[in-house]
Amino acid sequence: MPKTTTPESTTSTAPVHTLAPKTKSWRVVDYVTTAVLGIAVGLVFWVLALSWKVLELAFQAFPPSIGLIAGLWVLAGPLAGAIIRKPGAALLCELIAAIVEAVLGSHFGATVLLSGFLQGLGAELVFAAFGYKRFTLWVTSLSGVLAAAFMAVSENIMYNAEWQFGFQAAYAVCAIVSGLVISGIGAWYAYRAIAKTGALSSFASGRLR
Amino acid sequence: MALPITARGYSWTHADRDAPAVGPLDVDIPAGSTVLLLGPSGAGKTTLLHAIAGVLPSESGEATGELLIGGRSTDPRRGDTGLVLQDPDSQVIFSRVGDDVAFGMENLGVPVDDIEARIPASLSALGLDLREDHPTAALSGGQKQRLALAGIHAMSPEVIVLDEPTANIDPDSAPGVRDAILAVRAATSATMIVVEHRVGLWLEHVDTVIVLGREGVVAQGAPGEVFGDPELAEVLRECGIWVPEDPEAAELRSAGRAPRPDSPAHSVSESGPDAGVRNDAQTGPRMQGEVLLRARSLGVARPGASAPAATGIDFDIRTGGAIGIVGPNGAGKSTTALTLAGLIPEFTGEVLAEAGLRDGAKHARPYRWPSAFLAPRIGMVFQEPAHQFLTASVAAELALGPRLAGWSTESVESRVAELLEVLGLGDLAEAHPQSLSGGEKRRLSVAAMLAPRPAVLIVDEPTFGQDALTWAGLVELFLDALAGGSAVVAVSHDHGFLDAIGARRFALGGSEGAPAGASADRSARRPDAHDEVRGERVE
Amino acid sequence: MSALSDRNATAEAAAPVHDPGQLIPVVRSTALVRCNPLTKIAVALVLMIGALLSIDLVSAGVVLAFTFLGLPASGLDLRAALRRLWFLPAGALLAAWGTAILAEKTGAVVVDLGPILMTTGSLEAAAAIFVRALALATPLIVLASTIDPRDLADALIQHVRLPEVVVISVLAAGRLLGLLVSEWQVLSMARRARGVAGGSLARRTASLFGGVFVLLVVSIRRATTLAMAMEGRAFGRPGRMWRRRSTFGARDLVVVASAVAVCVLAIVSAHALGTWNPIIGSN
Repeated sequence: MPKTTTPESTTSTAPVHTLAPKTKSWRVVDYVTTAVLGIAVGLVFWVLALSWKVLELAFQAFPPSIGLIAGLWVLAGPLAGAIIRKPGAALLCELIAAIVEAVLGSHFGATVLLSGFLQGLGAELVFAAFGYKRFTLWVTSLSGVLAAAFMAVSENIMYNAEWQFGFQAAYAVCAIVSGLVISGIGAWYAYRAIAKTGALSSFASGRLR
Repeated sequence: MALPITARGYSWTHADRDAPAVGPLDVDIPAGSTVLLLGPSGAGKTTLLHAIAGVLPSESGEATGELLIGGRSTDPRRGDTGLVLQDPDSQVIFSRVGDDVAFGMENLGVPVDDIEARIPASLSALGLDLREDHPTAALSGGQKQRLALAGIHAMSPEVIVLDEPTANIDPDSAPGVRDAILAVRAATSATMIVVEHRVGLWLEHVDTVIVLGREGVVAQGAPGEVFGDPELAEVLRECGIWVPEDPEAAELRSAGRAPRPDSPAHSVSESGPDAGVRNDAQTGPRMQGEVLLRARSLGVARPGASAPAATGIDFDIRTGGAIGIVGPNGAGKSTTALTLAGLIPEFTGEVLAEAGLRDGAKHARPYRWPSAFLAPRIGMVFQEPAHQFLTASVAAELALGPRLAGWSTESVESRVAELLEVLGLGDLAEAHPQSLSGGEKRRLSVAAMLAPRPAVLIVDEPTFGQDALTWAGLVELFLDALAGGSAVVAVSHDHGFLDAIGARRFALGGSEGAPAGASADRSARRPDAHDEVRGERVE
Repeated sequence: MSALSDRNATAEAAAPVHDPGQLIPVVRSTALVRCNPLTKIAVALVLMIGALLSIDLVSAGVVLAFTFLGLPASGLDLRAALRRLWFLPAGALLAAWGTAILAEKTGAVVVDLGPILMTTGSLEAAAAIFVRALALATPLIVLASTIDPRDLADALIQHVRLPEVVVISVLAAGRLLGLLVSEWQVLSMARRARGVAGGSLARRTASLFGGVFVLLVVSIRRATTLAMAMEGRAFGRPGRMWRRRSTFGARDLVVVASAVAVCVLAIVSAHALGTWNPIIGSN
């Protein structure tokens, strides 16, 4: 029978919604929800790529600035990390999002799997560095930053190889800024908004108080 | 085989709540009994079912006391419990029918030969005459529920728990699914517990009724005893169940006021909202209002479809008039609603707004109107309320439509206050719309669409899966809108509801293969409707 | 083990029933369709290598040409595929545009509009990027569309030895993809009905994020229910039985060998024609 003892906490003053789950082992609902999140975000990636054609054109005057929205592509990792809070959730979720995007049809093809792995790894490393014990705005933001940094380097090698170095550097800076804003801070507030709907009642992250 | 269920001081508390979701309660359910579990919203019926099935997620709450199945603590991995949930779409596991049925058996480690033998047996026991490689995505809601049951039949559990198994499927399919459940129960002779608002569907088929209150079990006994007990009448009404042959419930269903002076007060009766077509529901003479919207030789289809879902639809929508679009599954009812609402383009023919509704717009076809112009004029309530919430609080949700329509701050505020009052959601004004219960979400989604007083309101199955209290609340909302001069077009299987709002019927006839034809409902029960509802049967 | 049902036999017997859950319907059961899912993944990866390593017209062109030649073998409804994938060339064209004005400006100037400067060298690079983007995308989409998730689960667990709880959970969740796609369409209509679709770019973006939010909430709720339904059917119990054996046959070998041949041909011909332009180490 599932039981809950007093939740372990790193600091006694931390808000209850920043606490880690009782165990690090995965439940079925953790796997299924991570996968569904990845699928939903992957679908969104794909839809946004279509809807933002016009926007992308606007960026084409100075293509490295596309990095300013590219931070969005690492959203899945920080979001899953903040919601699921189990080791590997960020990596698994980003990878699934990448697979979904590829299968729905992306002109990046199978290379998104590699991108997804690297971006997920970036996000995951930050949560791991905090021992999967702290889930706050700042940890999540940092996770967005590292994921975006991993993305920027890999994209420069895989897709922007023809660009001159200055452009590549500009792209990396843009990507990291947007990773922080969209996929770090943005993911945290998206998680908080989802928690308010009561949809996360099965998760430690769903504690409202 | 069957196992008894016993609870001693059992309770379950969600991690972020103080009060337990269920219990503490003591209950004894003897092996092999068939139980209908009733209780008001918030009594924890669903939580109790999940606890019995052993699927309450660990880490998400705390249990006290004990809950035993056949003397042992609950554990779904033993395979002695089978669980069917409310939402048909969320419980299909694999993409092929055969794999889905085999899922439970594979988990239990049943030998391959037995699995292969049981798959066709279980499919046919549930009336699913399908190949094993039939795609599950192609099944209807009712078929998906049967598929979930086939998976459980194949596992032959000792306890079967069912959480509103027919709430999300159309009422016409409900009795068939119920019979399938009874067949599984007969084949396994398992202990069975079902939660359902539609009491009439189950009453003759259970031997025990348990009424769960917020403080534990209120009553337990044979159906006759429980429903015959006058002291329980009030509790049962509070449960929002469709009490059989209860004159007060009938009064509730007619929502305090008769839709038309000459409408017989019996518009509600014995068997709940799934009673089927009534043959004597006169709606009486109707105000013939101004025409707002015309459908002219309309054919409808989902975007991208190459063949129409329905054709030959001709009718006028008038102020203060209600039209019920009825017909079997797959007849194109929802597609028709979306087309009338200007959300998808007409396949053939036209939907045209008349001067009063068009209001000087450049285009007569609502499909060409911008969203901001469309919303205050033609409202559409979707089948799934969660899909159309846009804001973070109930009050903001109600204010959105009027605000976008350019109302003054005072008039928006008074409209919101008025609607909160009607909905009985005053205490939840700041709650997140997505956090409401199913019934509350449904009422809010209708009210949010009614808020800017659209001239035409189109709704898709508004009463699906609703308890009697929500049902009555919805009827109230629609009658108010009609009285205010709005037109209502309702896609519904619920004839009780259509009668209560005095709707004329427009029948879409689905036929296999050929494009579905539309036909006016010309039966004798609605002689006054001929001039308004026209259509030709297409064969 | 005679009772192990041979999926291939039933698949050959009749055309599969139309499955609305499939993104591109499989209308014929070909040898490629009947291959092991792992074979299909291997083919996609091998072809990816052929197009990925170098940015040049020849290697990408070879991969893309053979992919198109192989399309009839995929058994897919090619018209449906076209309808669903029209945006791929559009996306590839955008990537090419970026390259045309950013790549190093070698060769004669073709277009000169102030900041927009294109030379024969940069246009050549752009053409390569365009063809390469299509060569990277098409094989994967085509092959993935022919994979039945259940067959993939069998293969991943029986051959790759991935943990079964993870694989089955993820693939069961994968079935929700089709549901979410149609839900997304409903959400767009619902926003129009509420009066918040269209308007300024800022409003469109806000409305889009509103839709994304609802999609996330709805999908998390579905996931929780699905997990419950799975656990309710004894999922997670040790000693799971597999009703089917995932097998490899001669056709798997042939298909992989052909893919390797195409990959080698792509690389060799790019070298032979002097267009080889590796992504790492050249500049």
